[in-house]
Amino acid sequence: MEATIEVTELRKRFGLTMALDGLSFTVQPGRVTGFVGPNGAGKSTTMRIILGLDSVDEGAAYVGGRKYTTLRHPLTHVGSLLDAAALQPSRTARNHLLWLAHSQGLNGQRVDEMIELTGLRSAARRRAGGYSLGMRQRLGIAAALLADPPILILDEPFNGLDPEGIVWMRSLLRSLAAQGRAILVSSHLMSELEDTATHLVVIGRGRLVAETSVADLIARASGDLVALRTTARTEAMTVLASAGATVAATGTETLTVSGLPAERIVALLGEAGVPFSEVAGHRATLEEAYMELTRDTVEYRAEADVTP
Amino acid sequence: MTSYTPTVTPGRDGFPALIRAEWTKFRTVRGWLIALAVAALIVVLVGLVSAAGSHRSCVGPHGRACPASVPGPTGPGGEPVSDSFYFAHQNLVGDGSVTVRVASLAVVKPDSPQPGDDTTHIEPWAKAGLIIKQNTRQGSAYAAIMLTGSHGVRMQYDFTHDRAGSSTARWLRLVRSGDTLTGYESADGTQWTKVGSTHLNGLPKSVPAGMFVTSPQHETVSQSVGSFSTSGFGTTAAASFDNVSRTGSWGQPGWHGSAVGDGPEMIQGPDGHGLTQSGGTFTMAGSGDIAPATGGDNTVEGALTGTFAGLIVLIVLGSMFVSTEYRRGLIRTTLAASPHRGRVLAAKALVLGGVTFVVGLVGSALAFLIVNKIRRSNGVPVQQVATGTEVRVVVGTAVVLALSAVFALAAGAVFRRGAGAVVTAIVLLVLPYILAIASLLPVGPAQWLLRITPAAGFAIQQSLQQYAQVSAWYAPPNGYFPLPPWGGLVVLAAWTAVALGLAVVLIRRRDA
Repeated sequence: MEATIEVTELRKRFGLTMALDGLSFTVQPGRVTGFVGPNGAGKSTTMRIILGLDSVDEGAAYVGGRKYTTLRHPLTHVGSLLDAAALQPSRTARNHLLWLAHSQGLNGQRVDEMIELTGLRSAARRRAGGYSLGMRQRLGIAAALLADPPILILDEPFNGLDPEGIVWMRSLLRSLAAQGRAILVSSHLMSELEDTATHLVVIGRGRLVAETSVADLIARASGDLVALRTTARTEAMTVLASAGATVAATGTETLTVSGLPAERIVALLGEAGVPFSEVAGHRATLEEAYMELTRDTVEYRAEADVTP
Repeated sequence: MTSYTPTVTPGRDGFPALIRAEWTKFRTVRGWLIALAVAALIVVLVGLVSAAGSHRSCVGPHGRACPASVPGPTGPGGEPVSDSFYFAHQNLVGDGSVTVRVASLAVVKPDSPQPGDDTTHIEPWAKAGLIIKQNTRQGSAYAAIMLTGSHGVRMQYDFTHDRAGSSTARWLRLVRSGDTLTGYESADGTQWTKVGSTHLNGLPKSVPAGMFVTSPQHETVSQSVGSFSTSGFGTTAAASFDNVSRTGSWGQPGWHGSAVGDGPEMIQGPDGHGLTQSGGTFTMAGSGDIAPATGGDNTVEGALTGTFAGLIVLIVLGSMFVSTEYRRGLIRTTLAASPHRGRVLAAKALVLGGVTFVVGLVGSALAFLIVNKIRRSNGVPVQQVATGTEVRVVVGTAVVLALSAVFALAAGAVFRRGAGAVVTAIVLLVLPYILAIASLLPVGPAQWLLRITPAAGFAIQQSLQQYAQVSAWYAPPNGYFPLPPWGGLVVLAAWTAVALGLAVVLIRRRDA
């Protein structure tokens, strides 16, 4: 089976609210694809629809080219973690994994392997009700990986993890993607996906905002801003402005220039004999890029929240 | 980049895996296993408490046992019976017949009538006619053709069998041919019509045969909220027979009158008890009945009064088996692992039904055996019933418990919350039962509740039989359900099936 997730023209309405409004995107194998958007953007709804849990008004979702509900042993095709707290509190972690394994015709051996992988061995025979959120996330990952699926769908798996856990989760997701799996990871905090996701699906208000690689997104957000350090601020501003650039002073010795590439700035300043000590392309963080991208949808949401 | 190739090979697909998963789910929650044990235990404990409450110890005059602690006679089928009548008999040896005309059948006024007693009308099931009986012991096999107070001619045999003849005939004939006994009736003594016949296997060559008369207790029931009381008094009927003729070989020269089953009424009865003969007319009086015993006291299923309490525990368990999954969001994990939602509910129902049946069977069998043993050792004359009936009562109780748990499961899936499901199941299953059994409702509404609500399933516990030929208070407080045992169980099963079907429709339609 081709390890892909394909979502086409999803529309879903909850009462008067349009939760999903023509959402389409594709998740490819071998990558971690971040699924981001503000809270309420429709990430969890989309994931539930992919897993056949929620119905759609229009459109369809396919995993490996098929509808989820037609899969035999679906957990061998798609592993998912929707809500780490979805546990029977009095059942032990191992028994939670055991019934899941039995439902796929698997036995306890695979359960023990997953307990080992997620570092839950010492706690596996304790009641899941006593688990911290971080431990529940690990248990949720163990459940998602139980039947060794080529596709993973994880909703906010970083929630509640301590810094060590975040590092573990990132490296685990990277290595799972490197094995050729398709991984869709949602988060409402872009920073969590830094160094993990190589591709992004950004949604807002149930619509696709961007479907892009992380590298492209940052390059675009960085735009053509160039940071300049010079002791002759006024001269530099005059030279560059007359060449058509927009120049802003950001400090006594620093300027931000837009409208000219860095090479042209260096050439102009050299011709005019203006001294400068540093010319650097400004690189936006993923967080900045994301904020830039979703500003409109967030603002709209804030308005929409006021008027019910 | 090529896609990941899984290294894990899944096992067999389908329903068995699903059942195994649901069983693993069930057995790994300790609270649910405890609830199961509690349900079984509570059935036994409530039975023990009620048995302790019905302790009977009394010593009659001169150290004799209380009359009530002596079990009554049982018929050829092992069922408790009444067998008291006045009998004018001779021994018939081999084949033969006896013919009479019932000249009159009338009520005999009691010595001291109570206010309100009806002393002018004959009891509808007063009987006068011909009988051939295995011997004169109570409960022995018989066949009889008789005229009744207001139910015409009847052919009856071995207590539980009854066949109606005409309402106008006065002439009766009873014929023995080998083991076959045949009753005939006639309006004029010349045109004879067969009413019925039966084989009484193992009938001795020489059997007492002749005329009999008897009249049952007159019972009135007064019901008030929470209790009922039956009051009754013995009645006596007098009958005269003429045109007596016989064929075959008869043992003694004349008729010998005696009371079978000398009850207090027989001994202290009014004049006319003895057999008098005037010309060709024989007159005698008797009281009692030749019929299966009725009434709800000391039934075997009295040991299972704790069923409803165990049921409540299993209702809570059954609804929680699914409602906790909704409460925790675990239902999404379940349905992601098994997208065939109908099958998920079916697997849950089978696991829950199987487990609660086994545990219910242990509970009801233990309660039945232990509590009835204790009742008997306390001097309570627990009615004897056929082994098949005992098995049906015990196993049926387990089926009721299992079906009720599955009903609660379905309700849990419909409501997706435990509280609503538990309340619904208790209101439909337990409440009607208690209202009807504890005499909190008049008989009419009580019987309707036990026909249409799932509480009808409790009918499977009824060991008593209802007989058209016996007047009794066939009402829920007296141990009689309006539906037959299996009919009641079918009503409960139908409710469970409909609830489960509704749950399947809803779980398929709703977002998880």
